[in-house]
Amino acid sequence: MDSSLIAWIIRAIPFGTIIMYGAMGEIMTEKAGNLNLGVPGIMYLGGFAGFASAFFYENSVADPNKFLCILISLTCCILASMLGGLIFSFLTITLRANQNVTGLALTTFGMGVANFFGVFILNGKSYSAAPLANSAYSAKIPGLSTSFGVVSETLFSYGFLVYVAIVIAVILHLFLNRTRVGLNLRAVGENPATADAAGINVTRYKYLATCVGAGLSGIGGLYYVLDYNRGIWATTGQIEALGWLAVALVIFTTWRPLNAIWGAYLFGTLYWLYQFLPSLLGFTVASYVTDLIQMVPYVVTIIVLIVTSLRKKKENQPPAHLGLAYFREER
Amino acid sequence: MECAIQLKHVTKTFGSVVANKDVSLDIYKGEILSLLGENGSGKTTLLNMIAGIYYPDSGEVLMGGQPIEIRSPKDAYAHGIGMIHQHFKLVDVFTATENIALGLDKREKFDLKAVKKKAQAICEKYHFDMDFDQKVYSMSVSQKQTLEIIKVLYRGADILILDEPTAVLTPQETDKLFEVIRNMKKDGKSVIIITHKLHEVLAISDRVCILRKGEYVGEVQTKDADEKVLTEMMVGRKVTLNINRPEPKNPIKRLEVRHLNVKSPDGVAVLKDVSFDAYSGEILGIAGVSGNGQRELLESIAGLQAVEAGGSILYFNEGKETTPMEVVGKNPRIIRNAGIHMSFVPEDRLGMGLVGSMGMIGNMMLKSYDSGKSFLADRTKPKDLAEQIKKELQVVTPDINTPVSRLSGGNVQKVLVGREIAAAPVVLMTAYAVRGLDINTSYTIYDLLNQQKEKGVAVIYVGEDLDVLLALCDKIMVLCSGQVNGIVDARTTTKEEIGLLMTKLKKEETANE
Repeated sequence: MDSSLIAWIIRAIPFGTIIMYGAMGEIMTEKAGNLNLGVPGIMYLGGFAGFASAFFYENSVADPNKFLCILISLTCCILASMLGGLIFSFLTITLRANQNVTGLALTTFGMGVANFFGVFILNGKSYSAAPLANSAYSAKIPGLSTSFGVVSETLFSYGFLVYVAIVIAVILHLFLNRTRVGLNLRAVGENPATADAAGINVTRYKYLATCVGAGLSGIGGLYYVLDYNRGIWATTGQIEALGWLAVALVIFTTWRPLNAIWGAYLFGTLYWLYQFLPSLLGFTVASYVTDLIQMVPYVVTIIVLIVTSLRKKKENQPPAHLGLAYFREER
Repeated sequence: MECAIQLKHVTKTFGSVVANKDVSLDIYKGEILSLLGENGSGKTTLLNMIAGIYYPDSGEVLMGGQPIEIRSPKDAYAHGIGMIHQHFKLVDVFTATENIALGLDKREKFDLKAVKKKAQAICEKYHFDMDFDQKVYSMSVSQKQTLEIIKVLYRGADILILDEPTAVLTPQETDKLFEVIRNMKKDGKSVIIITHKLHEVLAISDRVCILRKGEYVGEVQTKDADEKVLTEMMVGRKVTLNINRPEPKNPIKRLEVRHLNVKSPDGVAVLKDVSFDAYSGEILGIAGVSGNGQRELLESIAGLQAVEAGGSILYFNEGKETTPMEVVGKNPRIIRNAGIHMSFVPEDRLGMGLVGSMGMIGNMMLKSYDSGKSFLADRTKPKDLAEQIKKELQVVTPDINTPVSRLSGGNVQKVLVGREIAAAPVVLMTAYAVRGLDINTSYTIYDLLNQQKEKGVAVIYVGEDLDVLLALCDKIMVLCSGQVNGIVDARTTTKEEIGLLMTKLKKEETANE
């Protein structure tokens, strides 16, 4: 029983990490008032750009270096994701297009781009791999990951991006709540007219928050391909499902980065519920039930939505100006 | 006197609309200046150009004789100019301190504690009362306004612009605000007040500048001015300032409200044991600080609001004076068809009653789409009605199909009120019918209400301006915290009495009489 519980946690934490990146990026974006539903597309862009750059680096250099591999793939991933964010920003902030429509289009766009260019890498095969990048990203911490038995196994047996995610969540929390820029950013999302009157450059804040947020979300895609999925690129719709889960997680956290840490792991646990709970309890379930159980994270999100809207606490509500374009001279 | 800031030949257009045309204005140090004008006369636009919200198309702004560029609110702050907008620029989920800290100079260290300390010092200097850890959403309107003023003073503003500061305040709160403004004047600051309330202009300012249709009309020293002079300058012709008040003829009871209790969705009691009667040929005024149950009361009568058990609203229709109808529990449409009509003008004007993206015809159809036997909706009658309202109330619109959201506030209100009156009501309820309207349009609306009164309609008028309530209504019912805090005769009562009733709950015995 113990071992399957540990196996459950070991599956849940990496899974949670993927959506934690997606959600943190989206929290940043939404705090500035932009509802970017293009998260799945951005995670595709980030994941694919990271994989493709690592793949080419590995296959074109005689003696590839792991550290360089990480640097190249991470840079490409963040740049590609930020490009996605930039498209969204330009359309919604500068041209004031509808954010929902633009976001959904960006999701389709990101998937399309990734799968289109993926064809050239796959070259007729059903999947292709970047083993060096995978070993670099999934490298465990020497020492810590073995010396404490079960503790090491459950807490320290993951690639570095798992820990980086936690650090980023804490930094994001401090940034939003303790710094001047964070205060300004939140004001932009709550009431851009007020922020504008206070001399804050609303357009710049929205652009930056959306692009940086997209970059952060994209790392989720990268982590999925190069670590979680063992460095294998295949044309499946998996990333899209993860992207939507990340969007759901943002609501679940009530827009608080610190909640994203445990929320993401909880989502991971719930996602793998179908595989581990029956064996923990000693019974088997039919495969159609599996799909139903995988729905649990979404159900939990809906419950959280209901509870927070019933409690009507202003602090738990989405940023007041979320999803609305701002135009100073509108009368 | 020394000039604090000067505007020279400033022009600003929005599309084809000229908001300000060649306006020149001097503002002196240590004076209280009133900027007076009707709705849409360009008062706010003009000062928004000093505050950095808009940038003039032509003309210049001078400070100390030197032309200055004010491209953003930040530039305005840098020149010591702060504006308190009509719609507060505050972030609801932030504390008072956080709101003050918003957008402060980047070179200063980000330290909320220091901000709070400095703000408290300002409070002591000008005798404000403020809890700096309170979140804005839990503040009253008056507190929010105080916070806005502190915010501006914190930034070291020497020129303060207040846009319609008293619109949402009780008379007592207004007095307090004026006290603060005088304190600031003593401190050598220039204060500009945008308003269209004449008595306030006379009470507070040193000098009045008047705008009409975007153009500068002239200035008067307040001590040489009276309401008549100012109105004539503002409107450009002589107007009679007296509101007509015909004696009620043969009043018949139309509504009998008893023990009405309403709870908000959060379970807070919004109306507590409200009882009153409304008579035909009479205007019953309802006074109270907004948000004290006015909306819920009207909505209960219109059937839009669930009422607690035990309350009753009896409606005595024409010809059915002996067999009243119980309104509570009835469908709004039945109530409307029986002759009870409501026009509620919310703060955003379009929120209830009209659909902004539809034209006048479409909005007329909202009330008639289900009448007639044909499968297709009847468009002819609504069209005639729209034409009639446009003509009778002088609605300024390019076409009756133009979306009403493109009309100016006053015209939107005319459409709304006109439609309700056209339905030949037996009971007509209007709330804030003249909210934000200029004197001319307001008088058109008062005349309309008086016409209805003379026709024998029971009019319920929820209003904000006490002077108008006193001049227009026959009786005034004052609501305070959802309770009837007194029903007074409008002909004999005083403004002070009503103001007191609005803010101070009398003892239980009066509420339960």
